[in-house]
Amino acid sequence: MIQPVVIEAENISKQYRLGLLSGKTLSDDLKRFLYRLSGKPDPLAFVGAENDRTVASAERYVWALKNINFEVRQGEVMGIIGRNGAGKSTLLKILSRVTTPTTGEIRIKGKIASLLEVGTGFHPELTGRENVFLNGAILGMSKSEIKRKFDEIVQFSGVARYIDTPVKRYSSGMYVRLAFAVAAHLEPEILVIDEVLAVGDTEFQKKCLGKIKEVAGGGRTVLFVSHNMGAVSDICDRAIMIERGSISHEGNADTVIREYVNSTMRADLTSHDSLKDAQFRRGSGQVRISSLSMHSHGTEQEQHEFDYRSDVSFTFNFQVNEPVPELFFLLALRSSLSREMVTATERIRIPVDGKTGNIAFRLTLPQLNLSPGVYETYYWLGSSRQEMPYDVIDNMTAPLVIRVPENESALQTGYFQLNYKTEL
Amino acid sequence: MKHKKWDLIIRPHTRWLDLNLKEVWRYRDLVAQFVRRDIVAVYKQTLLGPVWFVVQPILTTVVFTFVFGSLAGLGPKDVPAVLFYMAGIIPWNYFNECLMKTSSTFTGNASIYGKVYFPRLVIPFSVVISNLAKFAVQMVLLVAVWLYYYFQGNYEFNITAYILLLPVVIIIMAGLGLSMGILISSLTTKYRDLSFLVAFGVELLKFASTLVFPLFLIKNETYRMVIWANPMTSVIETFRFALMGKGAEINLYALSYSAGFMVIVFFLAALLFNRVEKSFMDTV
Repeated sequence: MIQPVVIEAENISKQYRLGLLSGKTLSDDLKRFLYRLSGKPDPLAFVGAENDRTVASAERYVWALKNINFEVRQGEVMGIIGRNGAGKSTLLKILSRVTTPTTGEIRIKGKIASLLEVGTGFHPELTGRENVFLNGAILGMSKSEIKRKFDEIVQFSGVARYIDTPVKRYSSGMYVRLAFAVAAHLEPEILVIDEVLAVGDTEFQKKCLGKIKEVAGGGRTVLFVSHNMGAVSDICDRAIMIERGSISHEGNADTVIREYVNSTMRADLTSHDSLKDAQFRRGSGQVRISSLSMHSHGTEQEQHEFDYRSDVSFTFNFQVNEPVPELFFLLALRSSLSREMVTATERIRIPVDGKTGNIAFRLTLPQLNLSPGVYETYYWLGSSRQEMPYDVIDNMTAPLVIRVPENESALQTGYFQLNYKTEL
Repeated sequence: MKHKKWDLIIRPHTRWLDLNLKEVWRYRDLVAQFVRRDIVAVYKQTLLGPVWFVVQPILTTVVFTFVFGSLAGLGPKDVPAVLFYMAGIIPWNYFNECLMKTSSTFTGNASIYGKVYFPRLVIPFSVVISNLAKFAVQMVLLVAVWLYYYFQGNYEFNITAYILLLPVVIIIMAGLGLSMGILISSLTTKYRDLSFLVAFGVELLKFASTLVFPLFLIKNETYRMVIWANPMTSVIETFRFALMGKGAEINLYALSYSAGFMVIVFFLAALLFNRVEKSFMDTV
């Protein structure tokens, strides 16, 4: 059965007037006017020149969003992805009614709540208990609703012992836990969530994500805005990608993520140059990774997406700047969702001859049985004796993406698939 | 099957006057929480707590009685100076605090407004209500002082039916503080300059009222008109008259004028507030 449409966005555009935005008081505007009279450049013009959006620059208007149309059906979990400044937050603000669109209309069926931040309105002098009631009310819960869920909220937060202590005495972790706990117990029909997960320790992040999944799985409609492709692919059925204020891709979450990763790669293609830029890298620099590429085994064609259980090869060039007694290499992959290290090779000894120069090195991971998803890469060069590595490239290059094979739809759980035999 | 009935439509501009008081009512629990926060948070970590609410009017009364009453000789004739000043200071303080606090509604709460939607009027309303609690505590003080003079017997108070006007007067002063506050708040989101004038303007209003001197001292008709033109004058005068039955002038025309003034300012403020609240986050 096709579910009814619960959100219908039609022609949503948002225009910002840069000139007025940048000046807060009349005196600022006056100063700008005087500068203009004397022919000097505008002192207050920090107007984003990098805005390559549809700008009518003479009028100093910028379209943060332009003609956004989408529909969300009941029970759907839709991801909204895009690079920084693409307009995600603006769309989120409009959906949350923090600001209004310049044109267009969004029609919503059902009670909607949005989480742009956890702990909005927390007052440092009030106790945890008082803040739960205050924050809950700000998020739109009634007093009786909060009372009913209070024990559950405290239990979820894990700060039961300090619930009658002013929150200014809380550690930042406790504060965030309590704040998220309140938010997690909101029960609207439609939930709009920003990337509020990126707080707290790993354990808590997992708990939060689990809770969001639970909400999403419970038939509630969710709009999830995130940079975190792992989380989006994990939670969402469908996604839209916003690029320079417009929807550039729309559809199945994994397809859209693929587009996103591709476009990120296209944009970051030059990031390989940054490998030469030593100041952004850790390590002593005695040996540097001067180039690296990811490709399918047997080809030289660079790629970053691989089918599940395919052979993944890495080709490196190591530049030995100072003679070193020994050289070890390590490759690790980290889930871009939880940022936990998923797997690593052992330290691989690379023979060195005590001279400077170039070493070419290739590594292949045969039949990589990582679950489909996005993995950040971590490359390490060092020795077994020294504490200080020679070089570390930590998530500075394109991630490794494992695709779901064409004719397999089942999503595997966990990070690995085990090899197994069956007997009857 | 498509639902054609939507619960919420987000669109660029709404009608000019769309206060949506029904929605504010739905958020009454939030109003209650804000009120609670405003009252509780201020006197956390103090030993005396709400007792501090009465310290300020006592001190101001002492200063006024000494400076204006004894030194300048501007005190009232047939009523105790302490009661006279206190009966002016308490309503004035209420008005003043409501106005000052609500006048920074948008700028002061941008961090909350920018993250969550709730009817924007919830915050100024809660300010008016939480100050009412403070006002109630101060009224207890005023009644105590009144009882002292009553039983001391040096003065005779006439309790008249005008005492029934007290709730009306309270509504007028609350309405005045709220309306002028949100009007200023709406005018200062983009250009903050006006906010510098506010403190000065309020001070001017204060001395153009009967707060520091009794009205009978003013003989010049023009000056009297100027003082009556201040909507807070009739509030203070009625307050005093209701309490003591003398020492102040009751003027129902002036009181109606204040009420009308409040209604008009409230209408104007609501109009502007309504315009500004939709998109102030873009300019604040």
